[in-house]
Amino acid sequence: MPSLIQTDGLTKTYQLGEVTVNALQGVSVTIERGSFVAIMGASGSGKSTLMNLLGCLDRPTSGRYLLDGVPVEGLDRDQLAEIRNQKIGFVFQNFNLLPRMSAMENVQLPLLYSSDEGKDADERAKRVLALVGLAGREHSLPTQLSGGQQQRIAIARALINNPEILLADEPTGQLDSRTSAEIMGMIQQLNRTRGITIVVVTHSDEVARFANRIITFRDGRIVDDRKEQTLPVQIVEASSSSSPMEVSR
Amino acid sequence: MKHLISSMRIAFRALKVNKLRSALTMLGIVIGVAAVIATAAIGSGAKQRIQQQIASIGSNTIIILPGSLTSSGLRMGTGNAVTLSESDARELPAQCPDIALAVPVVRGGAQIVYESNNWATMIYGSTPRFLEVRELTVGEGAPFSQQDVDSANKVALLGKTVVTNLFGDVDPVGQSIRIKNVPFTVVGVLDPKGQSPTGQDQDDVILLPISTAKRKVIGIKSANADAVDSIMMQAKSGNQIQAAQDAATALLRQRHHLAPSEDDDFSIRNMEEIFAAQEASSRIMSIMLAAVASVSLIVGGIGIMNIMLVSVRERTREIGLRQAVGAKTRDILTQFLVEAVTLSIVGGCAGVVLGIAASAVVSRLASWNTVVSLGAVFLAVFFSALVGISFGYYPARKAAYLDPIEALRSE
Repeated sequence: MPSLIQTDGLTKTYQLGEVTVNALQGVSVTIERGSFVAIMGASGSGKSTLMNLLGCLDRPTSGRYLLDGVPVEGLDRDQLAEIRNQKIGFVFQNFNLLPRMSAMENVQLPLLYSSDEGKDADERAKRVLALVGLAGREHSLPTQLSGGQQQRIAIARALINNPEILLADEPTGQLDSRTSAEIMGMIQQLNRTRGITIVVVTHSDEVARFANRIITFRDGRIVDDRKEQTLPVQIVEASSSSSPMEVSR
Repeated sequence: MKHLISSMRIAFRALKVNKLRSALTMLGIVIGVAAVIATAAIGSGAKQRIQQQIASIGSNTIIILPGSLTSSGLRMGTGNAVTLSESDARELPAQCPDIALAVPVVRGGAQIVYESNNWATMIYGSTPRFLEVRELTVGEGAPFSQQDVDSANKVALLGKTVVTNLFGDVDPVGQSIRIKNVPFTVVGVLDPKGQSPTGQDQDDVILLPISTAKRKVIGIKSANADAVDSIMMQAKSGNQIQAAQDAATALLRQRHHLAPSEDDDFSIRNMEEIFAAQEASSRIMSIMLAAVASVSLIVGGIGIMNIMLVSVRERTREIGLRQAVGAKTRDILTQFLVEAVTLSIVGGCAGVVLGIAASAVVSRLASWNTVVSLGAVFLAVFFSALVGISFGYYPARKAAYLDPIEALRSE
């Protein structure tokens, strides 16, 4: 079985007016199925650019990207959309929920664009909402919920199509530290119990500590790549509290 | 299909968020469609009325009037000469196969007296076949006969208006009336016909045998005792009208001994000709109103495009998110197109309702006929959908081809 993510010499160059920005300068990285990777680095280091490429939101200027053994660097807009829909779940810093839709409808959004037309959509949405601890809040609007709860909806939305990989861009950027720990704990549980590959972009060490591999970027290049055995073991606060994960299983 | 339904749900929700804005955006379409509907209704109402009026005179009817009389270089206008005669009327159907009927008509006005009531009305003298040419029927009593004409009997057929004004509730059949002091017996009452195309009350008439009318009421023209004021004839069918006219012209020229260099001493008109002008003017009116309406539709379309562009900009992040979770180009395009079309169709439907209401108001206030046709309604809704698609396409395309990263990053 191929590695889930395998990139070879990815570069990304932007043209900002007269200035050419080399956001990525030859990134080769392999991420195995079931791993939990944190990508760190200062702003402008290229970590978000890599995230966009990994998430099939953007195409590299050059280099190869094999996702689940499939080269995606040459695919067109709609083929990339299909891959995002089926294989990738996104979690954003600002949650990106649609404010006038209920939790349920927000979670079902990816199903709208699935080729299976979202069979038993309600049941699936209820299941993932229960998984993130929001059973009973299906009909709440995002504005009626706390930031932590909103991010849980976003995570449920990312999970509804059973993606291979969860990409989280500063998922706790707008949350207080306690809620951050809860959310990261939940993400960690998803990784451990369901085997979902997680890639988190963050500049916070607190967040990165939940991962079992930390990749550090500077100036569009990987400058550090540390695996689990060298990381301090993190026992999650959230897992000791009444984590919804156990309830759902 | 399911896609379309969910797109429509999304569209309705998006439009509901900005109710006032959506309503104002629709206004252009509403007004445009309402104008189209009302125009079409008034136009086809007018056409229908003209057709009814033509039918009320009698279909395929042709009128022959005497030519103008020239007296010491003074031309007196159509109808003043005494060139047409009862024998012309007799010969026309006999000689021309395209002519079904022809009847001589004399005309005059007189005061009618019944007991203590009196009434001024138009008097026609003709033969019993006049009823056929004009497509008149006798409701109460019976028409007079050729026998009555031959022996100049003093019998009269009354129009409904005359009956109402002279008799009130009394049954007029068998009663005696006086016309210019001559007693006449009422033998029948004509069924009502309503207004003529020129606005005359066609029921305000009395019909007498032509012989009696000439001798006792209207008077015999000294120049020619056989002269009549007009001849009404009926072509055998609608498409024989022209042939009948040509044949009548040829026959009358021959009978009146006109040299080829001489002008006709009579004029022939048919009903279609008379009302063609009326129809043409109402058609021009319709075209002008339709032009105004289509300008309004275009303006409405521009309004929709404008608001859709604003909407795309406001919802850029939503678009980015939808793209991130897998929306394809087509999905976004459909979503915004459906939204634009929803705007325009809802506006179109509101316009249809408003247009029908406006037509009803017009027909009530101006007492014009209005006919709202299903075809016009469908056409209007179809055109508003078309406006939605054509003016919604550019903003929708713009949304569909947004860069997902840029879109997600936007505020």
